[in-house]
Amino acid sequence: MDLLETALDVSFVMVMLGVAFAFIRLILGPSLPDRVVALDMMTVLIVSFCGLYAILSGDTAFVDVAIVLALIGFLATVALARFVERRSTRLTPRTKAETPKAEGEIDG
Amino acid sequence: MGEIILSALVLLGVFFCFVAGLGVLRLPDVLIRMHASTKAGTLGAGLILVAVAIYFGDTATITRAVATILFLLITAPVAAHMIGRAAFRTKVAMWKTKIEDGAEENLHR
Repeated sequence: MDLLETALDVSFVMVMLGVAFAFIRLILGPSLPDRVVALDMMTVLIVSFCGLYAILSGDTAFVDVAIVLALIGFLATVALARFVERRSTRLTPRTKAETPKAEGEIDG
Repeated sequence: MGEIILSALVLLGVFFCFVAGLGVLRLPDVLIRMHASTKAGTLGAGLILVAVAIYFGDTATITRAVATILFLLITAPVAAHMIGRAAFRTKVAMWKTKIEDGAEENLHR
């Protein structure tokens, strides 16, 4: 088990370096889509971290954690992408084709 | 022998994860960064999950690992498509590129 343990030690360092790089991009990212891409990247990297930790600890429960993280990461990415798109249409000036808001409609 | 295969899978997977992280940090614009995160990231996580499936070797774990790989393979393109479209529509600055004729009108940029 010596070879596999060494490989796992190296792997943890490299995955964490990848997460750190993605986190730097999350901080730097000039635009919101950059940050969403960086978050997506961090989710995928943490899924692989869970896989590595499952091998290291010999506990299969971490595979479940990986599934749930992949699911939540996908939902978060889709929601943030929709948010970016909606926000851009709200910030740009309205065109004539859009109907004005009805009286008393709640803004939101 | 099995240990060598497992170590190779783990190291290869983690190499792709590392390259994906480096790509997200270093590449010049959103769409190119997405290219690194989506493809290399999914491949790296998939290889590590294959290593998990081989290491445990019982049916329940193999099923869960394969389900995670399939889920990643199905959802990564969908998520990347949505972020890419949102980035294009919000007029994020592109790196030296020529946008295809008519793409701006067709995609309501």
